[in-house]
Amino acid sequence: MRHLLSSADLTRDDVRMLLATAAEMHEVQRRDVKKLPTLRGRTVINLFFEDSTRTRSSFEIAGKWMSADTINITGKGSSTSKGESLRDTVMTIDAMSVDCVVIRHMASGAAHQVAQWVDASVVNAGDGTHEHPTQALLDAYTMEQRLGSLEGRRVAIVGDLTHSRVFRSNAITLRRLGAEVTLVAPPTLMPSGIGPWAAADGLTLTDDLDAVLAAGPDAVMMLRVQKERMSGGFFPTPREYTVGFGLTRERLRALVDANPEAVICHPGPMNRGLEISADAADAAQSLVLDQVSAGVAVRMAVLYHLLAGEEVAA
Amino acid sequence: MSALLVTGARILGEGAADLLVRDGVIAAVGADAATDAPGDVERLDADGLTLLPGFVDLHTHLREPGREDTETIASGSRAAAAGGFTAVLAMANTNPVTDTAEAAERILDLGRATGLVDVVPVGAVTKGLEGAELAELGLMHRSRARVGVFSDDGRCVADARVMRRALEYVRAFGGVVSQHSQDPTLAGSSACCHEGELSGRLGLPGWPPVAEAAVIARDAMLARHTGSRVHVAHVSTAEGLEVVRWAKAQGIAMTAEVTPHHLALGTELLTGYDPVFKVNPPLRPTEDQEALREGLLDGTVDAVATDHAPHARHDKEHAFVDAAFGMLGLETAFGVVHDLLVASGRMSMADLARVMSTNPARIAGLSGHGRPLAPGEPANLVLVDPTATVTVDREASHSLSRNTPWHGRSLTGAVHTTILRGTVTAREGEPAPC
Repeated sequence: MRHLLSSADLTRDDVRMLLATAAEMHEVQRRDVKKLPTLRGRTVINLFFEDSTRTRSSFEIAGKWMSADTINITGKGSSTSKGESLRDTVMTIDAMSVDCVVIRHMASGAAHQVAQWVDASVVNAGDGTHEHPTQALLDAYTMEQRLGSLEGRRVAIVGDLTHSRVFRSNAITLRRLGAEVTLVAPPTLMPSGIGPWAAADGLTLTDDLDAVLAAGPDAVMMLRVQKERMSGGFFPTPREYTVGFGLTRERLRALVDANPEAVICHPGPMNRGLEISADAADAAQSLVLDQVSAGVAVRMAVLYHLLAGEEVAA
Repeated sequence: MSALLVTGARILGEGAADLLVRDGVIAAVGADAATDAPGDVERLDADGLTLLPGFVDLHTHLREPGREDTETIASGSRAAAAGGFTAVLAMANTNPVTDTAEAAERILDLGRATGLVDVVPVGAVTKGLEGAELAELGLMHRSRARVGVFSDDGRCVADARVMRRALEYVRAFGGVVSQHSQDPTLAGSSACCHEGELSGRLGLPGWPPVAEAAVIARDAMLARHTGSRVHVAHVSTAEGLEVVRWAKAQGIAMTAEVTPHHLALGTELLTGYDPVFKVNPPLRPTEDQEALREGLLDGTVDAVATDHAPHARHDKEHAFVDAAFGMLGLETAFGVVHDLLVASGRMSMADLARVMSTNPARIAGLSGHGRPLAPGEPANLVLVDPTATVTVDREASHSLSRNTPWHGRSLTGAVHTTILRGTVTAREGEPAPC
């Protein structure tokens, strides 16, 4: 593995390998002394052009627990034609002979572009509305912890699909693992071309959340509704959104009635009261905090396979 | 003045003949050419080459004034001559914008000083391309530049009232508005590609085809209402083309152009997020490309225009949504069209001359270009080699910029010699010194 840019880069076997490594790393996390010497002498740059608390800190902890030198760089806002080009910015960093660049950028494709330019391994930590492959890995990891194998399991992904990198990566990884994926959103928040896309990738589409919950899915993944979408004409009001697509107290009850073993995921940060009610967020079915905990282990696994691959084999 | 005898060229791809040029004018074609030639005539052996009227580009961005680091009128003229063009229309979105008579005359003068191609300024429709107030259309027309084509290209004249007034106004002097047909309210301001399955997967905001077709439909009705001519710049979708076809069938005075890249390159090239393929309007799916080819063959599309848009490397090396729009086109236009449509047998050389010279000259009102290859006509000519296969090398471009999407591709058909009013402006693809 040279880079991790898209969930599509990972075969089913790759995903299985990463999740198995993540499980080992999760064991390490439970020790008193968490430090492994694995990446001693390696340098990991977290290059974040966009605000992030959980992703950045979990990559930082993942690197540090494996003894890599981990440095955070916060990029300036979106580059413009007058500012320094993205290439100049990343070439400056690459010139310092780093081993890995973990990049978060508000522009879709930024990680792909950077990977064309630099010698270092590149990890996509979220690029615009495109992908977030480590999030999909940690979501799969968390769901498997509770549900066992995802083969044949039914997962509903609900909310703002158009602008969601979490959805794009999850749809790929979940299909790799054999899950059945249903996408639930109002028509205005379905991505362009979703018809042929869903047909090609074996995804089911609907705008009827109640029918989906009544069928008792194994997992429901609620996506964050971003503030700017509320004024973007994608739906009339937050109230109307919640009525149609929020995981309300009533819908939580319907889900649990239909399938008591069902789990609830949310990539965070949550808008309590909008896409997810407090009851649902804090329910026994909720995996929200497990997701955060798994984030470190999964990112340790990714850095490990990118940076220590050969030594492991030996 | 000197004389030039072109020997053995296939005229419009038909039978080989000689052609004599004297004092910038075609003096004789056929058997008379050699006998009429003076003793000191310069001879140009065109055996195996095809002679066409010099190409006319309705749509070129030359970047001067404002971004002379990316293209000047001189460098753009060299690229144009190398590409077989004898006239190019220089779009108005420079800095400052070409929205006054003085600005238009300056471009005309800089073009004449270079002397490799007729640089014809396009005037802005609105002041500063802001879409609100009409620019001095009449004064630009009455200037030495005789501006007849007006465009806010790069932006759509979105306001229907402004478009109506512009059409009414230019009708008085036979002008035409060239519209960048794209409703800005049908896509976000960050739109950067074709809206479809691929843009959905790539997470890139796109322009839906209806944003193009809706404006073409509106403009067709405005053209009918005002009795004016309207020209659709770089039509890119099957839907847009369908509206043009309908408008023409109604007798509405609408013309349309298509770019070589919209004919030959597809949206799938965006998979790697390489901004060299970022262009406005965006590259479209295969079905649209094929519809555009059909439209060009059946006459719905009148002309091929390059939308040559030079950009500095550092303006392209941003994240995809932030990178500049546009690609080079002057030097590759003939090769692309020839390779795609003539070499494949779908179009004749005479057809190519019609869409790359005759029709664009007529749309722009250029009386000295796109003329028949007959005695008495201005000697604006191009010799092309239909058998040469050239691998495009961006480093060999005569543009100051390198943003060509054709780099590394092989094209069958190459420009050999370009002649502007009897003077050779490019020889074997190399522009003459100016």
